[in-house]
Amino acid sequence: MKLLIGIPAYNEELMIGNVIESLPKRIPDFEKVDILVVDDGSSDNTRKVAKDCKAIVLSHIINRGLGAALKTILAYAKINDYDILITFDADGQHNPKYIKRILESILDHKANIVIGSRWKDINDAPRSRIIVNQIANIITFLLFGVKTSDSQSGLRVLDKKSITNIKLFSDGMEVSSEFFKEIYRNKLIYKEVKIDAIYTKYSIAKGQQLTNAPSILLNLILRLLR
Amino acid sequence: MSLTLTQILLTLFLIFAISRVVLRFKDGEVSWLALLFWVTLFSLAIIAILLPQITSELAWILGVGRGADAVIYISIVLLFYLVFRLYVYLGDLRHDITELIKEIALKDLPKRHDKKTSKD
Repeated sequence: MKLLIGIPAYNEELMIGNVIESLPKRIPDFEKVDILVVDDGSSDNTRKVAKDCKAIVLSHIINRGLGAALKTILAYAKINDYDILITFDADGQHNPKYIKRILESILDHKANIVIGSRWKDINDAPRSRIIVNQIANIITFLLFGVKTSDSQSGLRVLDKKSITNIKLFSDGMEVSSEFFKEIYRNKLIYKEVKIDAIYTKYSIAKGQQLTNAPSILLNLILRLLR
Repeated sequence: MSLTLTQILLTLFLIFAISRVVLRFKDGEVSWLALLFWVTLFSLAIIAILLPQITSELAWILGVGRGADAVIYISIVLLFYLVFRLYVYLGDLRHDITELIKEIALKDLPKRHDKKTSKD
């Protein structure tokens, strides 16, 4: 089996190196583990740092947003016939030790898509984060009919059925919710695994902000009106 | 029928607008349907400006006080619709750009070290 770890990255030169280094290069059951960084038009050295770390690097010549980077990752996984795809954040907020645990649900064929949820139990994350996430979860349920405790998580594991069937449309941050639309549309079996996110000043500044919420909501609703 | 300055200026402007649409159509930049839509819209506006009593009748039918009010309400609804169309259109454009960027990014690949994909 072939595993791809896909990392969308925009101006992440400070962290991307550490993130790639921290990822497992070999995992039992997989004869091949590849790391793909999609550099989403970064103006810094993200591309170079990722290449130096021996990752496969695809570059967007201009910045198109998180959704766009994930589309490229999915397309790459599809074209190169990977069996499992993991999406992983470039800001260092995911602990690689969860990869094994989160892979298990997929390998047992119990799920088509597993998301690493930072919110399965209440923890000591910043309050603004908790509020943003709760609002996003409710909207995700209302719009797409899938219950989740973390609609905005960037740690996802997709099996082959998910890789083939999930079609993303959004270019921006609202793509995280769109995964749930696709889960519902394709009747994929969805599971959550609890993870602890590593919140640093850096990852907080990089992630979803309260101020992003209105535009994400507007985009999701307009999508329905089209 | 004596025309006020406002009527003359607005009419001239709308005739100018119609001429632009026709020119765009000639250049192939707008479709038949768009030509029809805009020319009809601007022509109706010219009629409403030159014969304001028509708008009063329209206002009466719609149950609005004055002809000028009816024109404003209809214009606002129309504007909202056009802004929405524009929004959707821009969204489609952005989507197309992303598709292009994705394809270009994936094209980079054969030059890279990936052994399995570059062989075939």
